[in-house]
Amino acid sequence: MSSKTVNQKAWLLVLPVLLIVALNAVIPLMTVVNYSVQDTFSPGVFFFEGTKWYREVLSSPRFHGALGRQFLYTAIILAIEIPLGVAVALAMPRKGPWVSVCLVLMALPLLIPWNVVGAMWNIFALPDIGLLGYGLNWLGFDYNYTQQPLAAWMTVILMDVWHWTSLVVLLAYAGLSSIPDAYYQAAKIDGASRLSVFRFIQLPKMKRVLIIALLLRFMDSFMVYTEPFVLTGGGPGNSTTFLSIDLVKAAIGEFNLGIAAAMSIIYFLMTLLVCWVFYTAMMRSEES
Amino acid sequence: MRSVKFTVVFVYILFLMLPIYWLLNMSFKTTNEILGGFSFFPQDFTLDSYKTIFTDSTWYSGYLNSLKYVVMNTVISVSLALPAAYAFSRYRFLGDKHLFFWLLSNRMAPPAVFVLPFVELYSALNLFDTPIAVALAHCLFNVPLAVWILEGFMSGVPREVDETAYIDGYSFPHFFIKIFMPLIAAGIGVTAFFCFMFSWVEMLLAKNLTSVSAKPIVAIMTKTASTAGYELGLLAAAGALTLIPGAIVIWFVRKHIAKGFALGRV
Repeated sequence: MSSKTVNQKAWLLVLPVLLIVALNAVIPLMTVVNYSVQDTFSPGVFFFEGTKWYREVLSSPRFHGALGRQFLYTAIILAIEIPLGVAVALAMPRKGPWVSVCLVLMALPLLIPWNVVGAMWNIFALPDIGLLGYGLNWLGFDYNYTQQPLAAWMTVILMDVWHWTSLVVLLAYAGLSSIPDAYYQAAKIDGASRLSVFRFIQLPKMKRVLIIALLLRFMDSFMVYTEPFVLTGGGPGNSTTFLSIDLVKAAIGEFNLGIAAAMSIIYFLMTLLVCWVFYTAMMRSEES
Repeated sequence: MRSVKFTVVFVYILFLMLPIYWLLNMSFKTTNEILGGFSFFPQDFTLDSYKTIFTDSTWYSGYLNSLKYVVMNTVISVSLALPAAYAFSRYRFLGDKHLFFWLLSNRMAPPAVFVLPFVELYSALNLFDTPIAVALAHCLFNVPLAVWILEGFMSGVPREVDETAYIDGYSFPHFFIKIFMPLIAAGIGVTAFFCFMFSWVEMLLAKNLTSVSAKPIVAIMTKTASTAGYELGLLAAAGALTLIPGAIVIWFVRKHIAKGFALGRV
């Protein structure tokens, strides 16, 4: 890190990336900022409204509801997927022909288009013809995710666990496989317990990748849209309407541009803030 | 201990495979049989749904459209990210750290925020409803990701390699293509895999940036789900077919997948 040479010409190498990302990020973001401070009555006629939309969004129970559900969802997702992913990674074989098979099978859910994931879980969980729904009802649980908010929540979370835990597994596994065998042998000679091997050898080696896992899972679960939308449509009622679903509803469904734009900006700033914290932590751990 | 480990992995993979099995199961049933009741295996095995997809151009063109923008996006993302990642991994320059975070922050931007402005932007550029529009839009999150992954892999190559090459009189482009790129070939493969993956699975932008001629398969599926009543058999078959490109791509990178998922920084 420290021996990098200073070279301002490096900007030239970064320029193409800068241009394409700026095209996609700066122009649309400015459009959103524009909408968020204006009102319109007919196409092309805008009035400056200042912070009206922001005040409206920040004080609306609908936004608070979506925000609360979003945080709850993300918190549950992280609380399940990170430990589960680490546990599965620890249980994986370290070498041999089965490693590739396990990795490929585990990575499979990650490469399914998100709306197919939603559609797949939709038919998997239907109470009358889906394996999960039929099975639960057969076992005596009254389960119908299209009508019961709790069942809908459980299904949405189970779906996300199904979809994304493998990412944590793969990351944690990558961390584990970078530990030389000699470490384990030394631990064995010292008579270290299983727990202290985990605490003092495996966990420190996984720290960096686990921060990446946490960062990726936070970002992606915080902007989750397609899967729950296809599965439940945000319902029953509003029970699984997360921030992105609510935002798309406001922007495209109701064409409420000002509100949607103000929501976008608030949403984006929140994501950015949390990610900055993670990112700083990650860079610190990389430097040390 | 061994058997506990085996059970954990086995149960986890079983859990992953169940919904996929159910999708395949449904895709071999007729819609009537699906709606008729619950069964573990297709009673009345049929390939009709698959036949419909391979013969009806609205269906198979959806796959082609998707593959078009996914491939374009992968090529654009990787080729633009290569020099940038090199700059970040080798040099310090004014604002480098801020720039790196700004790039990453775009990976964090919720696509829902950008749907409407994107439609406006690409309509203004006269690119609406073309594969290149989707390919460029997906650069929003794939280019930063590609830079991030490649930077990780490049930082693993000792700087002495560069210095020796420059002393030997290589010019930068010559050195980069002839010497450096082969050294990080695995990293480039993994990066391409990730770009492919995230472009392939994304739906919100792909759906909203196209209307007729460039409609991706994911959008055709949602439309079928909502308009043609409930063609479940067809929907399941279409879904099952979307698993194939992913499965093929994973198979190619299976050796590097673990390191790749750690974005090269283990």
